Amino acid sequence: MAERKATPLWEGKIVHAAALDSLRKFDPRIQAKNPVMFVVEVAALAVTLIILRNLAAGVHRQLGFEIQIALWLWFTVGFANFAEAMAEGRGKAQADNLRKTRTETMAKRIGDGGAITMVAATQLRKGDVVMVEAGDVIPGDGEVIEGVAAVNEAAITGESAPVIRESGGDRSAVTGGTTVISDWIKVRITANPGETFLDRMIGLVEGAQRQKTPNEIALSILLAGLTIIFMMVCVSLYPFALYGGTVLTLPVLVALLVCLIPTTIGGLLSAIGIAGMDRLVQHNVLAMSGRAVEAAGDVDTLLLDKTGTITLGNRMAEEFLPVAGVLPQELAEAAQLASLADETPEGRSIVVLAKRAYGLRGRELGGEGAEFIPFSAQTRMSGVDLHGHRIRKGATDAVIKFVEEHGGHAPADLDAMVEKIARSGGTPLVVADNARILGVIHLKDVVKEGIRERFERLRAMGLRTVMITGDNPLTAAAIAEESGVDDFLAEATPETKLRLIREEQAQGKLVAMIGDGTNDAPALAQADVGIAMNAGTQAAREAGNMVDLDSNPTKVMEVVEIGKQLLITRGALTTFSIANDVAKYFAIIPAMFVIGYPDLRALNIMHLATPESAILSAVIFNALIIIALIPLALRGVAYRPLGAAAILTRNLLIYGLGGVIVPFIGIKAIDLIVSALHLA
Amino acid sequence: MLANAIIQIGLFIALVTAISVPLGHYMARVFANEKTFLDPLLKPVERLIYRLGGVHPENEQTWVEYAVAMLLFSAAGMLLLYGLERLQGWLPLNPQALGAVAPDLAFNTAASFTTNTNWQAYGGESTMSYLTQMAGLAFHNFVSAAAGIAIAIAMIRGFVRRNAKTIGNFWFDLTRATLWILLPICVVMALALVWQGVPDNFAPYVRAKTIEGAVQTIAEGPVASQEIIKELGTNGGGFFNANSAHPYENPTPLTNLIEMLAIFAIGAGLTHTFGKMVGDPRQGWALYGVMTILFLMGVAVCTWSEQRGNPMLARAGANEVASAMQSGGNMEGKEVRFGIVDSALFATVTTDTSCGAVNSMHDSYTPLGGLIPLLNMQIGEIIFGGVGSGLYGMLVMAVLAVFIAGLMVGRTPEYLGKKIEGREMKLAMLFILIFPLVILIPASLAVVLPAGLAGISNPGPHGFSQILYAYTSASANNGSAFAGLNANTPFYNVTLALVMLCGRFLMKIPALALAGSLAAKKSVPESAGTFPTNGAIFVILLIGVILIVAALTFFPADALGPIVEQLAMRHGHLY
Repeated sequence: MAERKATPLWEGKIVHAAALDSLRKFDPRIQAKNPVMFVVEVAALAVTLIILRNLAAGVHRQLGFEIQIALWLWFTVGFANFAEAMAEGRGKAQADNLRKTRTETMAKRIGDGGAITMVAATQLRKGDVVMVEAGDVIPGDGEVIEGVAAVNEAAITGESAPVIRESGGDRSAVTGGTTVISDWIKVRITANPGETFLDRMIGLVEGAQRQKTPNEIALSILLAGLTIIFMMVCVSLYPFALYGGTVLTLPVLVALLVCLIPTTIGGLLSAIGIAGMDRLVQHNVLAMSGRAVEAAGDVDTLLLDKTGTITLGNRMAEEFLPVAGVLPQELAEAAQLASLADETPEGRSIVVLAKRAYGLRGRELGGEGAEFIPFSAQTRMSGVDLHGHRIRKGATDAVIKFVEEHGGHAPADLDAMVEKIARSGGTPLVVADNARILGVIHLKDVVKEGIRERFERLRAMGLRTVMITGDNPLTAAAIAEESGVDDFLAEATPETKLRLIREEQAQGKLVAMIGDGTNDAPALAQADVGIAMNAGTQAAREAGNMVDLDSNPTKVMEVVEIGKQLLITRGALTTFSIANDVAKYFAIIPAMFVIGYPDLRALNIMHLATPESAILSAVIFNALIIIALIPLALRGVAYRPLGAAAILTRNLLIYGLGGVIVPFIGIKAIDLIVSALHLA
Repeated sequence: MLANAIIQIGLFIALVTAISVPLGHYMARVFANEKTFLDPLLKPVERLIYRLGGVHPENEQTWVEYAVAMLLFSAAGMLLLYGLERLQGWLPLNPQALGAVAPDLAFNTAASFTTNTNWQAYGGESTMSYLTQMAGLAFHNFVSAAAGIAIAIAMIRGFVRRNAKTIGNFWFDLTRATLWILLPICVVMALALVWQGVPDNFAPYVRAKTIEGAVQTIAEGPVASQEIIKELGTNGGGFFNANSAHPYENPTPLTNLIEMLAIFAIGAGLTHTFGKMVGDPRQGWALYGVMTILFLMGVAVCTWSEQRGNPMLARAGANEVASAMQSGGNMEGKEVRFGIVDSALFATVTTDTSCGAVNSMHDSYTPLGGLIPLLNMQIGEIIFGGVGSGLYGMLVMAVLAVFIAGLMVGRTPEYLGKKIEGREMKLAMLFILIFPLVILIPASLAVVLPAGLAGISNPGPHGFSQILYAYTSASANNGSAFAGLNANTPFYNVTLALVMLCGRFLMKIPALALAGSLAAKKSVPESAGTFPTNGAIFVILLIGVILIVAALTFFPADALGPIVEQLAMRHGHLY
């Protein structure tokens, strides 16, 4: 997998841009989208105005203290802005990488009469047909309608090996910005400029088109609710204090309010969301919406294609099993002959096995009157006609039919052999020479190393894995058994896949799947998380809500983990933010009432130096913790594939209990510095 | 003393547990319309009620219809009670010839009993006729409790149902809660109280000559029948002004135990009803565990603080040492027949729930001991809680806890298979917001307005505690008071009545909306990745969230009342 390198966290260029950008975000129209930070901004403004009024009126009592409070309140807003700008900056850096591929190119548009005109790529519209020849950059997203070509897609996938793109079939989609390196293709453009797949993605990683995801909305409601509660607490505290003879000043009340409202998570919330997108891009997966990333964390059932995900892509010939009365040598020779012209990996593996096991060297049959019979979906056989020998290899029932047509019949021991192979997870290929069945080639699926452990991890996370395969149920069961997958769908067709997804969803489960072909499109669209392979068809890419640029079918597991990590990070910082408030009360309440109710000094368990320094330290801690947690927000909380109970216990201890304890230490430390510097 | 406390409190919670399980399962049967042993007796009555009321119990209601039915029913009941109070002078069963209740007091009392608060700004024996007590107050004691149970059941249905539009039928739930649950228990337990010496008659008050020769008027009336529903329905409105401290309401330690058990019974039982209806008893046990732990924490602190006594009373010469002859500790405002443990236990029980009956004067508790009842109410009356309201309040907190911490397992938070999304969060936050709103804002008015300040009997932080306690009690529909506050003034009667109404109905509506929203959802099957809500981690988490939410909301206010009082008391100041 060509993983895009993560940008270093504090890369100078990004930090610089983010610092500038965070100033722009002070604009109240931008802040208004985030109720928590908006309250802080209004509070900062209010304190600033009070200071100005006091200056104008010549009141200088506590001026230095109040100016510091105001400054730190502005910093609080600034730090939150910075966190968001950092996340966006990192996204932009990713987007720039993507954008580089979209250099101004000229396209050879084919007119109605077939005449080619040169136009700028930006002028192409959906439905236009262009000619792309070796050396040309493909001018936009589209579908190959004629020809076959090798295409270098390194610009988007980072993978330098060229891929074949051809009309028809499952490899017909091309992406704008990639380069044709041999031959030519005619491409029908499927997206207007600015609406291409890349454009959409760039918009998303830059945060410009970001819409709040459902869980983010729910969390925002919680945060807004808490903010309102704390506003009531602070508003009512003024008359409560007045009753006891204490007149609280606005800067002090505002300081308490800002410390209590969940600024930590409020300031980092959007950064977490953007960073989640960004991590996905680092894995070369482009999501069409933040909603899809969130849904990935909720996935209950994973549909995995057998080939390429669970097994190595190709089946290998393992053994020649002759029927009674046939020598192994004879079978091997026939098998080899039938496979010499077969360029499929299976065919080649038969030739290799024949050579390895029986020393049969590959022969050139070209001029000997040999006629190769290629595999077809109708006959389900391939082979060769040579000197009156009609040698065939293929599916059991197809070969038996072939033999019977020539007046032969299936030997008695064939059934048992075929079944034994199928039951072990292999694929039997029956070999026949005219009316005589010689035996069976055992083609074996090779299960990927480490896949069993991977499924165990997924199971611990609560995910059910279902293997999708075109194999018969017997073979599928054997491979499912060997690989440790939870369930399988054998003899899968687009209809059965779709039905499986619907059944799972009817039980309330969320389903993720990865697919490439046009026939996957309905299932990809139905799945809650549908990941289309970039090498797949345009239809598949349109149907899914994510695209894997590497076309790596195992990617779905990473996508799920990234989704979970995103939600965990949000939960952890919310918990931390709320737990922080306990310490802030112990700092601020005794300081507020030191004159009216000196007995409350007993609550100053941190032994903070002076009331002013206590309040200031709490405000400073509240601001600095946002900066301190930016790396966590951007990188995400480390995710371990454990059961929910284990993860919860761990995170509750770190972010819940830690959230209670850390501010006690932090505020005390800041207080020591503040009083050492005689700031308050 | 420690052994005494542990035995009494331990025995009490053991009995609560023993009662709650069968009662909870019985209630689940009642609301599922399954067969119960009382059917032969009650089915005909039920049918008659439906026929008279034109109710078709099989017609299920959406949450909006359910809420409208509940509100109309409550509004009608409140109007009737107000009318009854104003007209009692012309109505029968009034041997003392008590006159009409003043309009503001009548409004306050009507709101108070309709909302299951039973805040009493009046003395029962000197204000209310027997008819008002029985047909007005006791009627509401039954139906306001039944309405609370109904809404809890509707909420449970929200969790149980899938893709459903309806959450049950209010009239069915109300009738069943009254006939199958409240009435039968009351009949049996009232007899037990009579056996212990609680009067139940229509006789005029007795004039007795005391040994010293003075003439004393001894009030009586249909007490036992009113008494038991006062506890069972977590109402708390006493027949007499002294409430359960009065020897005719609560004569013996045994009646004290019966009354406390009655207060917890339905609230505790409903957790098991919940477990049974959602098909996983451990879900019910988890909530039961949360409630029990919070209860034990409260009662431990309260008992300890009261037993420890008031150093200033000790300095003044009071003997606060426990011995075979006396319970020791701070006995100011407590009945000798109950002592410290039974008083502190009763105070905790009555404020954990929305009962508000008292057998001692909370106003006279040590500041820390008095903080516990206050805190219990500030938590939102969800430690067993008001009948029904305790469970749905706890479920809202559970939704909140699951949302905050549930994200940390890496899934969209879900509780009992229901995804907690924007709409659920909106309703849960609305529910949680209203509570501090109706406590803090009116209380902040009362502490600065002359009309509010006029009511307090002690200046300084204790006066503040009295006002804070009053609004907390009204908002939480508890009804107990820091009795020092003179609340029978137009200002308090009207503001407290409004607070009671808001604290009840403004919270019930989002609760029902939440039930409706949950019922409409599909259910996500449980997997290894699901946050388990039936184990110890969830219990600890939920306790943490409950305490932190309450502490964050009320710490500043409490700091200026009981907390500063407690600290000052140690320095030799008393307010």
